[in-house]
Amino acid sequence: MTPPSGPPVQPAAINGRRRRDGGRSTLIALVSTVVFFSLVGWVIVSSSSWPQVQQDFFDGGVFWRSLPEIVGALITNIQLFLIAEVLVLALGLLLAVLRSLPGPVFFPVRLLAIAWADVFRGLPSILIIYLLGFGVSALGIPGLPNDPFFWAVVSLTLVYTAYVSEVYRAGIESIHPSQAAAARSLGLTRAQALRHVVIPQAVRRVIPPLLNDFIGLQKDSVLVSLIGVVEAFRTANIQQEALFNYTPYVALGAVFLVMTLPLTRLTDYLVARDRRRYLAGAR
Amino acid sequence: MTGAPISGGTTPLGPSEVVRIESLSKSFGKLAVLRGIDLAVREHEVVCLIGASGSGKSTLLRCINLLEPIDAGRILMDGADISLPGVDDNKVRRRIGIVFQAFNLFPHMSVLDNVTLGPRRVLRMPRDQAERDATELLARFGLADKRDEYPDRLSGGQQQRVAIVRALAMHPELMLLDEITSALDPELVAEVLSVVRELAAGGMTMIIATHEMGFARDIANRVCFLDAGRILEEGPPSQIFSTPSQPRTRQFLDRVIAAGRM
Ligand SMILES: Nc1ncnc2c1ncn2[C@@H]1O[C@H](COP(=O)(O)OP(=O)(O)OP(=O)(O)O)[C@@H](O)[C@H]1O
Ligand SMILES: [Mg+2]
Repeated sequence: MTPPSGPPVQPAAINGRRRRDGGRSTLIALVSTVVFFSLVGWVIVSSSSWPQVQQDFFDGGVFWRSLPEIVGALITNIQLFLIAEVLVLALGLLLAVLRSLPGPVFFPVRLLAIAWADVFRGLPSILIIYLLGFGVSALGIPGLPNDPFFWAVVSLTLVYTAYVSEVYRAGIESIHPSQAAAARSLGLTRAQALRHVVIPQAVRRVIPPLLNDFIGLQKDSVLVSLIGVVEAFRTANIQQEALFNYTPYVALGAVFLVMTLPLTRLTDYLVARDRRRYLAGAR
Repeated sequence: MTGAPISGGTTPLGPSEVVRIESLSKSFGKLAVLRGIDLAVREHEVVCLIGASGSGKSTLLRCINLLEPIDAGRILMDGADISLPGVDDNKVRRRIGIVFQAFNLFPHMSVLDNVTLGPRRVLRMPRDQAERDATELLARFGLADKRDEYPDRLSGGQQQRVAIVRALAMHPELMLLDEITSALDPELVAEVLSVVRELAAGGMTMIIATHEMGFARDIANRVCFLDAGRILEEGPPSQIFSTPSQPRTRQFLDRVIAAGRM
């Protein structure tokens, strides 16, 4: 047997080096970030049209003056997407379950569920908002409200239910059939097995993609300004027209980022945690 | 194939019969997995199914519990054919407990909730009664302190014991055990088998598919050797394991002994 060439590596030495490397890579990351953004900032600011752009888009005075009204109007967006989210959570699950019903008797139900998912995922949201917001109220059917807020909720609910039902469906299908079999072997009906065993596990599994769709829904809430709902985007738009300055849009963007960033980060965190768990389970 | 298969199920129909299977056949596509099974199990009887992998043991148990539709034959409980299309399979399943090789506990529920799910949702037992019942059962099988744990915090042996308790909580007339120790590390097998011994001592009627021949010899009143979807030979364990009449049974047991499983 030949002894290994070179000195034996001590575990402590490996650990030590790894720790030093960790510190050094943080430093490198910090420096490169600062350099990168300074460079980008310098390129932008030193362009000849920057002063004009700064005046039109980044006017500090306009920013602070427009902010309170935009934040106030955002309440409408929040109401809109909260109501829609609750409806979407329930209807999406219903649609997913309807689509999973077995047997020929339920064929029409399955067909309807599939049609819903296909149509509302296939059409641009803005088209649905227009059609429902203007089209249906133009019909003047008695009993149907023509409040644009109502139609805004309906449109976004229809569209996002289609997406969310697909998310639920993937979750339900990801639960191993042996779970349902174990429940059925206890005498639970198919519906009870779904309700108590399959769906609770499926819902847990789909929380991250569900949150992703909700981020989309929150952003899309500005689209309903097109049918006359006075919300944050419309308010920014009014201010832009009054002040001949685009800074209110920047303020709106900032407000939306502040609102959605926590949800985005939470979603990414949950996705990463799930992957870690999955990897641990697959060991 | 050597020799004509001996048909089983010669037990006369008696009032104490829990289940009677008559010429049961089952195919998956072109593959005939069960080819005319006759088997009657009396109250308090423990029947062990042995046989090579793929001989149809699991399929037979799944058919009895109506988890698989059958192609031909009858399955009688209390004289009524439970395999008829009109029969409410949920009603049948609550009378028959089954425990699988993979424990299939519900991972999102505590041990207690796993055990009380059936009694509460199927038997409509009030929560406190179901929980008292479950706690008592868990204590009887040495799981009292695991009541509030989640399945992923339990060892394989503990999980399988919970699965047994979960089935028992429905107070079934018949228990079907499908190789319940095959997924366990060797040192955990004993604790699960001792639970089954206790059940047998308590008079539970059971059909047990197993590869543990020593265990089968100990616990069974009757051993059925399955070969290619037929019960080729059956009898008391002393006879089957020492003087099997069929050459194929002999071959199977020789292979098992060579593999050190007996
Ligand atoms: N759902 C299924 N679809 C198709 N074939 C199946 C299905 N379930 C079982 N089989 C086949 O039926 C045959 C008998 O399987 P079964 O699981 O009943 O055997 P077993 O005696 O329990 O074997 P083991 O000792 O390995 O558990 C096998 O050939 C198997 O591949
Ligand atoms: Mg098997």
